[in-house]
Amino acid sequence: MSHRLATGGRLIDRSTSVRFTFNGTYLRGHAGDTLASALLANGRTLVGRSFKYHRPRGIVASGAEEPNALLGLGKGDRFEPNQRATTTELFEDASTTSQNHWPSLDFDVGAVNTALSRFLPAGFYYKMFMHPRPLWKHVYEPFIRKSAGLGEAPAAEARDPDSYEHFHIHTDVLVIGGGVAGLAAAKSAAATGAQVLLIEQTPHWGGRAVVDGGEIDGVPAETWVNATLQTLEGMDNVRIRTRVMGSGVYDHGYALAYERIADHAPGGEAPRHRLWRIRAQKIVTATGAIERPLSFAGNDLPGVMLAAAVRDYVVNYAVAPGKRTVVVTNNDDAYRTALALHDAGLEVPAILDARAEGGGTLAEAARSRGIRILTGRGIAKVKGRKHVTGVAICAQAGEGTVLDTIPCDAVAMSGGWSPVVHLWSHAGGKLTWNAEEAFFQPDPKRAPNTHDASPVVFAAGAANGQLGLAEALSDAWSAGGAGEGAPTAAPRDEAPMRPVWVMPENAKPALRRKAWLDFQNDVKVSDVMLAAQEGYESVEHTKRYTTLGMATDQGKLSNINGLAILSQSLGEDIPAVGTTTFRPPYTPISLAAIAGEARGALFQPIRKTPLHDWHEANGAQWEPVGHWRRPYCFTRPGESKHDAVIREIDQTRSSLGLLDASTLGKILVKGPDAGRFMDMLYTNMMSSLKPGFCRYGLMCSENGFLMDDGVVARIDDQTFLVHTTTGGADSIHAHMEDWLQTEWWDWQVWTANVTEQYAQIAVVGPNSRKVLEKLGGIDVSKEALPFMRWTDGTLADIPARVFRISFSGELSYEIAVPANRGRALWDKLLEAGEEFGVTPYGTEALHVMRAEKGFIMIGDETDGTVIPQDLGLDWAISKKKEDYIGKRAQARSFMASPDRWKLVGLETLDGSVLPEGSYAIGEGRNANGQRATEGRVTSTYYSPTLKRGIAFGLVHNGPDRMGQEVAFNRIGGEPVRARIVSTMFFDPEGEKQNV
Amino acid sequence: MFDATPPLARARQDGRVSVECAGLTGMVTLRGDIAAIGEPVADATGLSIPDTLGIVEDGGRALAWMSPDELMLFCAYDEAEEIAATLTAATAEDHALVANVSDARAMFELSGEEAALRETLAKLTPADLRPDAFPPGTIRRTRLAQVSGAIWLAEDGAMRVICFRSVADYVFSLLCHAARPAAAVGHF
Repeated sequence: MSHRLATGGRLIDRSTSVRFTFNGTYLRGHAGDTLASALLANGRTLVGRSFKYHRPRGIVASGAEEPNALLGLGKGDRFEPNQRATTTELFEDASTTSQNHWPSLDFDVGAVNTALSRFLPAGFYYKMFMHPRPLWKHVYEPFIRKSAGLGEAPAAEARDPDSYEHFHIHTDVLVIGGGVAGLAAAKSAAATGAQVLLIEQTPHWGGRAVVDGGEIDGVPAETWVNATLQTLEGMDNVRIRTRVMGSGVYDHGYALAYERIADHAPGGEAPRHRLWRIRAQKIVTATGAIERPLSFAGNDLPGVMLAAAVRDYVVNYAVAPGKRTVVVTNNDDAYRTALALHDAGLEVPAILDARAEGGGTLAEAARSRGIRILTGRGIAKVKGRKHVTGVAICAQAGEGTVLDTIPCDAVAMSGGWSPVVHLWSHAGGKLTWNAEEAFFQPDPKRAPNTHDASPVVFAAGAANGQLGLAEALSDAWSAGGAGEGAPTAAPRDEAPMRPVWVMPENAKPALRRKAWLDFQNDVKVSDVMLAAQEGYESVEHTKRYTTLGMATDQGKLSNINGLAILSQSLGEDIPAVGTTTFRPPYTPISLAAIAGEARGALFQPIRKTPLHDWHEANGAQWEPVGHWRRPYCFTRPGESKHDAVIREIDQTRSSLGLLDASTLGKILVKGPDAGRFMDMLYTNMMSSLKPGFCRYGLMCSENGFLMDDGVVARIDDQTFLVHTTTGGADSIHAHMEDWLQTEWWDWQVWTANVTEQYAQIAVVGPNSRKVLEKLGGIDVSKEALPFMRWTDGTLADIPARVFRISFSGELSYEIAVPANRGRALWDKLLEAGEEFGVTPYGTEALHVMRAEKGFIMIGDETDGTVIPQDLGLDWAISKKKEDYIGKRAQARSFMASPDRWKLVGLETLDGSVLPEGSYAIGEGRNANGQRATEGRVTSTYYSPTLKRGIAFGLVHNGPDRMGQEVAFNRIGGEPVRARIVSTMFFDPEGEKQNV
Repeated sequence: MFDATPPLARARQDGRVSVECAGLTGMVTLRGDIAAIGEPVADATGLSIPDTLGIVEDGGRALAWMSPDELMLFCAYDEAEEIAATLTAATAEDHALVANVSDARAMFELSGEEAALRETLAKLTPADLRPDAFPPGTIRRTRLAQVSGAIWLAEDGAMRVICFRSVADYVFSLLCHAARPAAAVGHF
């Protein structure tokens, strides 16, 4: 049965036919339809099942507030659940499915919940499923998950094929909302010369006014809208855009907007969504108002709709939600629906006006067309199972005694309007209660403020509580900032509305249990009353207890009705109870839009050294180190990582290894006070270092904890080159600037982070000197370049700085060359090193070799709670210096305690490798009843040099217990016994490096 | 410079906005009190000292304001080392730090309609790119998606982008993604 009217339909193009499917059935609509209007046009009024009771549900609204018509949209990689039919434009071959039904939409097993609904009251889950606790995980939770929930998640293997992006925009004025108020505000702002961005969430301009009619500046509203658009489009200082929703307003004029570029035209090259990140000097929220439902029994049956939505479907899409529509209202506005239906040749058997005194001019208009108006009447109950078949009428001032029954196939309800105050409220705008209209509206005296405490958000039009056309336009014009020239219209001519929170006023429990507040989360009048009875006084607590307003529509329809019921039950005024908090986004936005371009190859920047490509082509097994990728090891065909590491170490210790050390931080520190500054940064003395020399040093945080280490080279009298760990390059540079800019601003010191200027290659092993001599150009002999010295020169025709330093215990050089020439040096080293079996090695070999030599590693031996003294590094802490960063902290009693765990070497008795993070098992139990511990493993490796497992650990009184045995736990196994030994496992005299 | 290779030496994408690697570029960083080192730097480089957020170009060289106490000189790659030495000598009397950092960064050049260039960058940086706020002759150190960078509209009409060399791949891909013709906004 087609519900499409023969004529009319502002937004549809009747010359087109668009095919789509609903639960596998082919249907047709027109270009310009939404999914909702197309479904209604096809007579599909049942579109889903409710969340908790699986009740049949139909389309209620025509916009963003729709609670019921959430569909699964698309297939496979493009499938998305919970797509709002009322805001989704119809497109060719759209595939839609209803949700939350099993086995089918028409026959749903879960609907039995309806029969049991009196046993599933508010807080049921809390009350029922608390005990016994073990049942939660295996019985209750799986059961609840299966029976509740909205749409299904996309398939695990699905991959979104579309692209997304962000767009950062600065503007003077952002106007959110393209109704007549938004257009007037934009025009007004533009007239002041301001740069204006006007956005509208739907594809169409004009909002309600173009449906509801009226004249602006002496012409029909729609004519005015088109003329105003033309004016705005012609202005250089104005940008206007549809399909962009104001999603959130944040501090100081920052707003997010969500553009749906390709939802209605999927599969193209364009990004699907674009997230606008807008910085505005001023934001005007012209977001309109949302009509409230009335709470009568059966108000959730398919066929019961908001009155304004009914006329939207008739006027915009030429779709008749019903052939015979009963209008029920507490205000004049709903009479417009009766008139629109009547104009379209549809039957309106009655208007039930809950007001005893009835309506004003609009009511007169309806009466003059012969429409029957019953005042002081309401709906006792809606008749029907899956669709409205009639309404039982009662007196509003009563308990619901049925006076008459009117057969009908649709009900248009209106409980009044609520301004959309969401965006106003996001950044802290406060609300005030308007008792005449029974709604919360923005309080301009308590607007969201910007940096200078002046208002930055201005609400305009219906969003500011101005429901009349003239009033809204004049309000919006003044929000825009211009003086004279506001558009004019006839003043509002409506009789006062009367708040109706339950229909009828004294509805019996049986009726209250069928009167829905929150359609999406299945919360009824009786649930909120029960919550109040059980002691819930705070609206925020009641929300969580009953789940009122917690669904994907965030209570756009239920909020005010729910808190009115709560305040009534508590005997409080509505403003005293207040509203729940409005939080962004206004309606759900895609996670992909939030991620923007950050997916796939752009998910996260990967930092690459100048040698990255070589590594990649030569078997590098990558390890993430910060954002860098460093080779963990280089495997050869058929070789395991373990074997590769052993080969790399053996070859380096016996002949020649190469390490890409480019990621190490390199920071220049220069100035007359550089020495003094270095002495504060490091625990040891750096000012005494002579040009040409290198020194290892430790850096602590203000709290005394060891945070970085590395080799410092003194370049000249005023210049030091600081080497930091890979991860420390940026943070240590920031640490330096922090102290220089905030504490020692009068010290003459400059820093520069030159980390990426250089490729740095460690040439390591007994043959390292020979290979450098082959390259030629710099004297690297023992005499010319002793241990812990550096020199500048030209190595193999490349300008180079050579440091004679060692992190492996071998004869070793680190060579820094301009990054663009790093690969050239690497290639030359490989070529010259061929006769020595030159072997590039990775981070794991680096770690093992440093551990064999007893060198600590920041991040292994330290974790932010370790001080140098814990690691036996007292030798690197100057006793002569008056101060250094962390010195005071290290003097505190806890830091100086002899009971701190201290670093030792560990050797398992059986030669095995201790587990990572293993704990030394102590005597007895601690205060929490857990097994006491007396130490932990910080680093543990298989040492190919010693052919056994070696480890470092922090152990209670460790250095005093040399030779003692300690047991370390092993998850799922017997503890391992290890002997406490020196951390210097290999070549303790340093004979290998000092050659 | 026979064997010096910048990251992504041959990378290029053509379209409404074309993106390409700008090749080897000399860059010298200067830190110091600009009021004090301004004159010697101007003498040594032949460029005037840029105002706050400014960049001055002349004869293949450019001098950019990087912070209240930092300048960056752009020049030919081959002359950077020598200029750095000259600048070090010229500022010896003042407290200043000069370093040749020609290899630390990658530079990209975006060409096309100016509005399209602004729009492409606006997808990546929160900086205000309206013509009034970001005219030719100004430079912005900013964020490009997840990494730091700097951008300016050069006298030849190209948008220049610099980033650290380690993320050159990432930034090139970002720029190409943002510059796709199908993603045009038409806002600027």
